[in-house]
Amino acid sequence: MDLLYSIFIDPFVQMWQAPDLLVQTLWEGLVAGMLYSLIALGFVLIFKASGVFNFAQGIMVVFAALTLVGLYDILRHWGVRPGDLAAFLALGITIVVMLALAWGVERVVLRPLVNQPDIILFMATFGLTYILIGGGQLVFGGDSKIMIAEDLYLPKGPINIKAFGGLVTLQKLDIAAAIIASVMVVGLSVFFSKTRIGRALRAVADSHEAALSVGISLEQIWVVVWFASGLVALVTGIMWGARSEVSFALDIIALKALPVLILGGFTSVPGAIVGGLIIGIGEKMTEFYWGPVMGGGTDAWFAYVIALVFLLFRPQGLFGEKIIERV
Amino acid sequence: MLYREAGQFKTSYQSDQAVFPLLQDRIGIGVILLIAYVAIPLTRNDFLINAMMTPFLIFTLAAIGLNILVGYTGLLSLGTGAFMGVGAYACYKLTTFFPGVNILVWIIASGFVSAAVGVVFGLPAVRIKGFYLAIATLAAQFFLEWAFTHIPWLYNYNVSAAIEVPQRELFGLIVTGPRATEITRYYIVLTILVVMTWFASNLVRGRIGRSWMAVRDMDIAAELMGIRLLPTKLLAFAVSSFYCGVAGAMLVFFWYGSAESTVFSINQSFFVLFMIIIGGLGSLLGCYLGAALIYMLPIALKFVPGQLGLPIEPATVEHLTFIIVGALIVFFLVVEPAGLARLWQIGKQKLRVWPFPY
Repeated sequence: MDLLYSIFIDPFVQMWQAPDLLVQTLWEGLVAGMLYSLIALGFVLIFKASGVFNFAQGIMVVFAALTLVGLYDILRHWGVRPGDLAAFLALGITIVVMLALAWGVERVVLRPLVNQPDIILFMATFGLTYILIGGGQLVFGGDSKIMIAEDLYLPKGPINIKAFGGLVTLQKLDIAAAIIASVMVVGLSVFFSKTRIGRALRAVADSHEAALSVGISLEQIWVVVWFASGLVALVTGIMWGARSEVSFALDIIALKALPVLILGGFTSVPGAIVGGLIIGIGEKMTEFYWGPVMGGGTDAWFAYVIALVFLLFRPQGLFGEKIIERV
Repeated sequence: MLYREAGQFKTSYQSDQAVFPLLQDRIGIGVILLIAYVAIPLTRNDFLINAMMTPFLIFTLAAIGLNILVGYTGLLSLGTGAFMGVGAYACYKLTTFFPGVNILVWIIASGFVSAAVGVVFGLPAVRIKGFYLAIATLAAQFFLEWAFTHIPWLYNYNVSAAIEVPQRELFGLIVTGPRATEITRYYIVLTILVVMTWFASNLVRGRIGRSWMAVRDMDIAAELMGIRLLPTKLLAFAVSSFYCGVAGAMLVFFWYGSAESTVFSINQSFFVLFMIIIGGLGSLLGCYLGAALIYMLPIALKFVPGQLGLPIEPATVEHLTFIIVGALIVFFLVVEPAGLARLWQIGKQKLRVWPFPY
């Protein structure tokens, strides 16, 4: 009876009695969900354009962040004035690195594996994941690092708002992250609908053969799309790194983008965003209100169990296309 | 090899269906078994036996389990680590509940527990496949890993939150716990592996294995031929988890001695998956080759440069291992998707027709 009470009644009583805590939890969930959305966005970009389920997307986030911080350290070591110059120089070089990565992946992994079963390409991205983990740590060291948020002019510090009969604390950084993420999503959608390459990209997503037959170069599109998701990864990595620290321990969290995809659908950009927010908020709410009953740590599996339920009843996700590989 | 099948006539159905139809192959297997059972223990080299052979054999068993699912049935699973954990924790619970019962019975029984859990998490395979299924198994991985840390009943409320292997005897011989000798553990692991490999090889050659392969090659066609998909897939999950569970129980009982939930993390799942990708999907020999390569690689990286006078730091070894494993995965998927086992077969064929090209 106590157990039933603590599952079905008590959480809602708490929500009612302390609305400030509820708002705080919702906000935290929203921020976490935004980051999941961004990772999932990178997945969707690649999946739409090349049909590759890029398992390495989460690792690309960490790799991009690590490259940025590592390069900053190296530049400072070489005597470049610390502060914004070194930071932006490092940012520029990191973008070049992501471009090189996109090109390399297209050349070494995608091109030889054209027309292989999806599952083979999926497994090839496991290999890519391990190469990135090993390579990143070999070059920049395996210890966790601190993101150079201030040198990149990201705001810091909390904003306290007196509301809902209590104090709600918002981090300025999170607000900035929300703005940057929205700008990026808008930018990407403009890029897809207005530019030449963006349209070619959508054509490829619709049908590879048709796109080839009107003279679109698949190779070029793949490099572009991997570069685009590399940039998304870099932005995500900066935001994420600024919230905690930069190390490959983040990869477990990065894997959370997979259930987000199931929820939102593999081919839908809005799906990735909405899915991410739902998972983020759901996870924080569950952990905060129901976690104590279950012994805590529920955010380790909450997203996956939601995904499992979705897989059983609605495998195409909330917004995905119906055509999925069914048995 | 340098021998051919010439002159070896099959005169009965039984000899036609033998696992090793050639006399030379049978001799070869005999020699390998002789080396494993006599020569390696005779070296009395603790490092060879305890640090290399025992874990290699255990991981081979896990790889066989996963290969049944991924290689033979075509269902990708990322939950191997968790299913191994189920085996280990089940064995621990069973042997602390009933200390008097033969430990080998519990090792096998824990396989059945793991099989039951595997079937539950394999249920989504009814409707989905490919990476959708892979994500469903990730749910198993993370949920079970959480359960291993957050349900204290599983580790008998130990303060350390780890399972510690109690001492158990078999016919008056200490087989588990800190006082068991390396050789005893090695013999038990080896025997279980040999028996289970033999069982698996007969399973995949028989009706069940063929229906698995039919499902892998094209599920719709298999269904039209009268193979019921649901029982076939769930059986694959069950057998696969059974093998993984036994491997997990052996990993803790005959090698680690004690283990926390981190042993059964997602990295363990990848580790085993890489063994079968590199070794060869859908090949039992591949499980051995892949496990040997993936397990020995870090050890070799640690010792070989040291011998050559190149000092190499442990952290660097770890990073290099990651890069090499990742590169090997991509290489094998691009160049030879059937893995080391296929390379071995090609080499054998070349030798068979030697000195002619074909």
